[in-house]
Amino acid sequence: MPHKILAKKQLSDDVFVAEIEAPLIAKARKPGQFIILSINNEYSERIPLTIADADPQKGTISLIWQRVGKTTAELADLKQGDEIANVSGPLGRPTHIENFGTVVCVGGGIGNAPLLPIAKALKEAGNKIVSIIGARNKKLLILEEQFAQISNELIVTTDDGSYGRKALVTEPLKEVCQREHKPAQVFVIGPAIMMKFCCEVTKQFNIPTQVSLNTIMVDGTGMCGGCRVEIDGKPKFVCVDGPEFDGHKVNFDLMIKRLNAYKNQEQKAHEQYSKHRCKIGLDKT
Amino acid sequence: MQGHTDGVMEQDKQKLLQQLLEKHKAGQLKPAERYNIPPQPMPEQNPEERVQNVNEVALGYTETQARLEALRCLGCKNAPCVEGCPVRIKIKDFIAAIADGDYKKALDIIKENSLLPAVCGRVCPQEVQCQLTCTVGRKFKDPTKAVSIGRLERFVADFDHDNESIPAVAPETRMKVAIIGSGPGGIVAAADTRRAGHDVTIFEAFHKPGGVMVYGIPEFRLPKAIVQDEIDILKKMGVKIVCNFVVGRTRTIDQLMKEDGFDAVYIGVGAGLPSFMGIEGESLIGVYSANEYLTRANLMKAYNFGKGADTPIAVSKKVAVVGGGNVAMDSARTAVRLGAEKVYLVYRRTEKEMPARIEEVHHAKEEGVQFHILQSPKRIIGDENSRVTAIECLKYRLGEPDESGRRRPIPIEGSEFRIDVDTVIIAIGNIANPLIRQTTPDLEFNKWGNIVVDENCKTSMEGVYAGGDIVLGAATVILAMGQGRIAAAAINKYLASGTPK
Repeated sequence: MPHKILAKKQLSDDVFVAEIEAPLIAKARKPGQFIILSINNEYSERIPLTIADADPQKGTISLIWQRVGKTTAELADLKQGDEIANVSGPLGRPTHIENFGTVVCVGGGIGNAPLLPIAKALKEAGNKIVSIIGARNKKLLILEEQFAQISNELIVTTDDGSYGRKALVTEPLKEVCQREHKPAQVFVIGPAIMMKFCCEVTKQFNIPTQVSLNTIMVDGTGMCGGCRVEIDGKPKFVCVDGPEFDGHKVNFDLMIKRLNAYKNQEQKAHEQYSKHRCKIGLDKT
Repeated sequence: MQGHTDGVMEQDKQKLLQQLLEKHKAGQLKPAERYNIPPQPMPEQNPEERVQNVNEVALGYTETQARLEALRCLGCKNAPCVEGCPVRIKIKDFIAAIADGDYKKALDIIKENSLLPAVCGRVCPQEVQCQLTCTVGRKFKDPTKAVSIGRLERFVADFDHDNESIPAVAPETRMKVAIIGSGPGGIVAAADTRRAGHDVTIFEAFHKPGGVMVYGIPEFRLPKAIVQDEIDILKKMGVKIVCNFVVGRTRTIDQLMKEDGFDAVYIGVGAGLPSFMGIEGESLIGVYSANEYLTRANLMKAYNFGKGADTPIAVSKKVAVVGGGNVAMDSARTAVRLGAEKVYLVYRRTEKEMPARIEEVHHAKEEGVQFHILQSPKRIIGDENSRVTAIECLKYRLGEPDESGRRRPIPIEGSEFRIDVDTVIIAIGNIANPLIRQTTPDLEFNKWGNIVVDENCKTSMEGVYAGGDIVLGAATVILAMGQGRIAAAAINKYLASGTPK
């Protein structure tokens, strides 16, 4: 059954949000889970995207994505009323939510999208929420308002200082960890390199840290193993064992390299698509 | 252009067939004369040609060939071939019908026991099943010289393909059956429960139905159009197919039964998680599970990347495939077609112990796959970018037979050597997918994570049945089909005694 796009918005230069019809997923989904979609039936790529929000009554889910390759660019070119052929999910294990006490939620760039539902659920479970959200610059910052609503404390950073504090998220994270009342738990979602450095910070303070990994996947049900990462030296599948793991045990260096496995092919496909959309005038809409 | 002809001209074959048929009709064709009929080779695409395309390798018997091959059958009273068939197809009867030229009848006989002859005729390991026990093969002490039962099955399935009849469906019972997984077991279970008039829905996790027949077995061995035809027949029978539905995640089995009104469930979710070797370097870029490699190539059509298809796959020059089963052969032969210059098949026992079909081993060799037997990787070596550059292998020798009856491979200390490769495909089997287990607390599993069932494929849960790889660990298409059929019969019996929810 195709999934209609009910609403679509551009959040920043390359970041988009869409509300799509997916009644069963909307009902079953819990924070931390993701879907896999492919735009058309025969030749489209299957890509994993985190579920940013869901409305079980309305039967819709919200997806937020960044235009980085051909498929995400093609997705960005879809309009309200268009359909996505395949959406499968919810996949992955849901986040373990409990009342930890004070929880720090660290989001970077597009990572703010999957972090928001987790932060919300943690808030509802009675946690005190300190949110640290960052982006390269003001234009790329997303969901600030939503985080402000659910956080007891919100720290915003940009790499270039165009908004909020000029810093990487690791800086305020370290300060929060140094406070007298050490946070009980940290959640980090963002680019792999950011998660790596955040984990290095929290490790010094021995604060348990959950990260959510977004690796290359095909089926998302454990069948292919393409998403495997090294956790504590052992291979684990992000789709069935994750997507969340103990950040102190993740081999981020290997994961970052694996994310680049198809870099050349992806670039070529994206360039081809960009040329094509110029030709048909999609770039002017 | 066809390879593997026996050099006999078609008209000579026809002449021979006419002579034999006259005697056969008069009931005068003696066993000795039947033994003398040359075994009919399968017409195939030439190796040099076929490595350049993904089309089916085996082209199928001509009518003359099929009837000649059918005349080789002695029609043994005790029909040992039937004993060798997991679903007990009345082999000697359908072959007799081919000899008589009545292909429709032959197909009907097969369909009494097997729903997917076009598939099974192609992918069944006949040489260890029906053809192993065939008297003709035994006479020549060679199962490859047995009556080619599989090729004959394929012939009749293909011959009548265009007039495929839709099985009759009994009046609606209003009982709802959920079939989880659209592989061979699921297709058969769906067809058989639908025939009994139940309201049947297949749930498939992928975006396309067919299971291993579409993501795993390559086009060159099983054309996807054949699988699609079987799916279309199900649809015409009124079976509903829901794709992108991951049971355990989208809905659980409990939800299907308690909230969605399903009266019975068949679980045929297949194998699940690929096994890795647990050696150094298995997470390097360029190391694939066979599942991933084949799924990218088959289901996602990565061989057309940049020409319509969006899913990439490694552009490999030198590939090592680890394993000796059909999946290993499929991976190696796919790598050849994707343009690899060298493809090595690394297996720690000898060719004799390989679980792959003889035909697939033969095809792989013809296509230039180099066999490295009595070797196994000790570690995988990568460069500074974590891309595979080589495998370090150990040499092995064979020791005493192990519990599988095959001689145990023993590593030879200090025998390490390197093979330069840029891609490694691990094809050493699968372990059970934990998804159903994690989300179905009342279902009983064994220590390997496989579902425990009785002889009717019934699980520990009322109304829930299971079959195929998730029960057997590693099965074949025909075994999965057989279990789908047993389970469907049990479901039909179970539902006959109840009232719908």
